[in-house]
Amino acid sequence: MPRRPRIPVYMVWGLLLLAIAAPWLGLYPVLGMRMMCFALFACAFNLLAGYTGLISFGHAALFGGAGYITGLALTSWGWSTPAGILLGVLVALAIGLVMGVLAVRRYGIYFSMVTLALAQIVYFYCLQADFTGGEDGLQGIPRGTLFGLPLQSDRVMYYVVLVVFVASWWFMRRIVRSPFGQVLQAVSENEPRTISLGYRANRYKLGVFLLSAGFAGLAGALKSVVMGFETLTDVHWSTSGLVILMTLVGGLGTDLGPILGAVIITVLEEKMGTISRFLEQLTGIHWFATLNDSASMVNGAIFVLCVLLFRRGIVGALRERWGGAQVPAD
Amino acid sequence: MSNTTILRTRGLSKHFAGFAAVQNVDIEVAQGSIHALVGPNGAGKTTCFNLLSKFLDPSSGDIYFHDQNITRMQPADVARLGMVRSFQISATFPHMTLLENVRVGLQRSAGLAHQFWRPTRVLKRLDDEAMRFLDLVGLVAQPDQLAANLPYGHKRALELATTLAMNPQLLLLDEPTQGLGHEDVEQVTELIRRVAQGRTVLMVEHNMSVISRICDRVTVMQRGQVLAEGSYAEVAGNPEVIAAYMGESTEEMHA
Repeated sequence: MPRRPRIPVYMVWGLLLLAIAAPWLGLYPVLGMRMMCFALFACAFNLLAGYTGLISFGHAALFGGAGYITGLALTSWGWSTPAGILLGVLVALAIGLVMGVLAVRRYGIYFSMVTLALAQIVYFYCLQADFTGGEDGLQGIPRGTLFGLPLQSDRVMYYVVLVVFVASWWFMRRIVRSPFGQVLQAVSENEPRTISLGYRANRYKLGVFLLSAGFAGLAGALKSVVMGFETLTDVHWSTSGLVILMTLVGGLGTDLGPILGAVIITVLEEKMGTISRFLEQLTGIHWFATLNDSASMVNGAIFVLCVLLFRRGIVGALRERWGGAQVPAD
Repeated sequence: MSNTTILRTRGLSKHFAGFAAVQNVDIEVAQGSIHALVGPNGAGKTTCFNLLSKFLDPSSGDIYFHDQNITRMQPADVARLGMVRSFQISATFPHMTLLENVRVGLQRSAGLAHQFWRPTRVLKRLDDEAMRFLDLVGLVAQPDQLAANLPYGHKRALELATTLAMNPQLLLLDEPTQGLGHEDVEQVTELIRRVAQGRTVLMVEHNMSVISRICDRVTVMQRGQVLAEGSYAEVAGNPEVIAAYMGESTEEMHA
């Protein structure tokens, strides 16, 4: 069918094999897990933004909110790890329900502002509440066990996160390609027309908002278990901005773009020291070493380059190069 | 043509910040008829049309579909009752194929709208029916083409196919021949006549030759009010109507 261009299937399998082998190829498992948590978060954001055009500026509240609740359940209440993660997801769904009900009736910047405002409420609550530890954060979250499997080992935990991540990615991909996904696409392409065909468009938008919230919560809950702590950064508005950046850099509305974007941005944030020292040695220019202190500047530069050079993100640009039918802009 | 009324308004009015776009309009659309709503620019036709399809809420007055008061209903629910509207600018889903476009019209009643966990291929069971509607409007040749690639006249036809997939009793068409070339006007007119078999059509239309050929009844609006109503011949001979169109273009009425 002369349809949307696609990334070749072997690429997907190649990436999966790479992810399976990565801890044996020298990837520090905690960094890998961090990447996957953010990749899952970016995919969740992309499920909403990429296929409905609703740009949420409040996803940090879902991500961090779930992280705090999971952390609380594991530390103070002694819940098992899967139960704690499940609770985190449920809380993200609850926050998402309130946010979604209030936001999906709005369009464009107004939608973003409503989500941002509600997320700020969550942020200030977390800043004040006792259980979050305020500025200190929630420390010492135990990883516990999963069905008898001890998660203390980074490698075991890595593969657990990988399984959850791949399953979630596959499921989100399915949502986009489901009967529900078809209605969503119709709503995003021509909402009044979809309403005139008997669909209550706001319900479908709320539906996908909830699905996105659930996966964002899963990402946040997993991250708090992986890292063993939860801090205010995760509910801060800058994290909402970060996930938008990751998704746009990788490619909004693509399957693999958010993953690629999350990996690039996470590596830049974590490994800026190594990268800047490498560049300094390679070129002999001392200035590169100073980049270490300015990861956000590098992020900004990458964002600007992406917006200028490939508006559909890296994966979007690759997809166009590999061809398939060109979809005309309307 | 039976004499039952399918759609009726009583004292329908809409004010925008003090300006009365539609004032005290009473319209009756007979079941099985093709009914046109005409008038010079700014007469309130489109506002009236948006009120009837519930895309606008009236300031006062009531709307009845059969004998049910639908004045306070949501637009999506009115569509479910069997009253489906089109849009002035052709309303297709540009990045979906022709087949997918029509299937959107079928999915909801087939109970295949909420399922987010099943693959798109479960929709294949709707393909035969969707193809029938594409065939009806003469677009059966390339069902896998993206709607965005269609010429304008064909987009109109595709929109109609999607509307028909809802199996509506009453079609509300907003300027169906607007922006079409001469040949396309002929085809779309013929198409409307064809799909109106066994249904009721209420259309806002400017093209008088289209109206004279296919419409059973014409309501003329001016400054938000009903000026005249009757068959095309009656309305076209009405001195008040001719006066209303003076300064616009008299030829338009007699084209």
